[in-house]
Amino acid sequence: MARKKRSMPGINSSSTADIAFMLLIFFLTTTSMDTDRGLARRLPNPPDPNVQQDDDIIVKERNVLQVRLNKDNQLMVGSEYLDIKQLRAKAKEFVANPNNEDNLPEKHLKNIPLLGGDCLITEKHVISVQNDVGTSYQAYIDVQNELVAAYNELRNELAKEKFGKLYNECSEDEQKAIRDFYPQKISEAEPKKYGGK
Amino acid sequence: MGKFNKSGKKGMPELNTSSLPDLIFTMLFFFMIVTSMREVTLKVQFKVPQATELEKLEKKSLVTFIYIGKPMPEFQKKMGAETRIQLNDKFSEVSEVQDYIYQERENMKEEDQPFMTVSLKVDQDTKMGIVTDVKQALRQSYALNINYSATQRQ
Repeated sequence: MARKKRSMPGINSSSTADIAFMLLIFFLTTTSMDTDRGLARRLPNPPDPNVQQDDDIIVKERNVLQVRLNKDNQLMVGSEYLDIKQLRAKAKEFVANPNNEDNLPEKHLKNIPLLGGDCLITEKHVISVQNDVGTSYQAYIDVQNELVAAYNELRNELAKEKFGKLYNECSEDEQKAIRDFYPQKISEAEPKKYGGK
Repeated sequence: MGKFNKSGKKGMPELNTSSLPDLIFTMLFFFMIVTSMREVTLKVQFKVPQATELEKLEKKSLVTFIYIGKPMPEFQKKMGAETRIQLNDKFSEVSEVQDYIYQERENMKEEDQPFMTVSLKVDQDTKMGIVTDVKQALRQSYALNINYSATQRQ
């Protein structure tokens, strides 16, 4: 039975491209290139149980801006009710204290070479945010957003004035100098529970 | 003249498509690599709040997610409609957050551990009580970089 040696038929590969195309389209549609975005914050270190909680760090009243949110999402800043839209201006005024008023944070000298030597800045100011258990998350984020916006606007204004460009266009050193001038100090008070849920 | 056209054959030579699959495969691999499929199946539903001053979350490998919201309709029979926390693939309690953070941190490269960021994906109608509890737990476990996930407000 001598058989002729048959040559192997080649695998038809003309459809490989189509198969690959289908896979490609699948991955194209499932890819989510969008990056997550959000408000970045840094939490304070946990309270150390070994160290007696010292109340020595008494912050002068003029240095603190109390921002409170109650369970009905009403906003109270200092001792007055405010609308969320007014918060940004209020926070800016508080942090910058442009007219050196007595009821706004006191100013201290600080040497920042890049900004032309000694500057008067409200170094010790604190914005304290306090919320209730029943506050809605959206209201809380609104407040955080306005406060961050206030800082961003102040920093941008300063960057425009000193370097003639926006804050995030500045070099690393310049950004640091501006951050020294307007340090972001938003403290979140230890949560208080007022009764049940 | 006419020296070169000896054969006299005219007509377009056919385009060689034998490398087409390779090209497509290259693109395919590119997309396979950049694709990040969500590893967890969501069991809670949430609509993140809106804000304007957003920052991008930089490296995906440094980010741990915590989801807070109401259970999906199919779980509501079992779990109720109360706001719940989801860690990985299951519903969890606040007390489990710390262990979860430790575990996630263990899984990271050592040099990355200080830059660990926790992204909180929280429904906008959630009450702050549960968020505050989670935040305290994060503080206790030294996961101090957090990111409140939000969408851009127009």
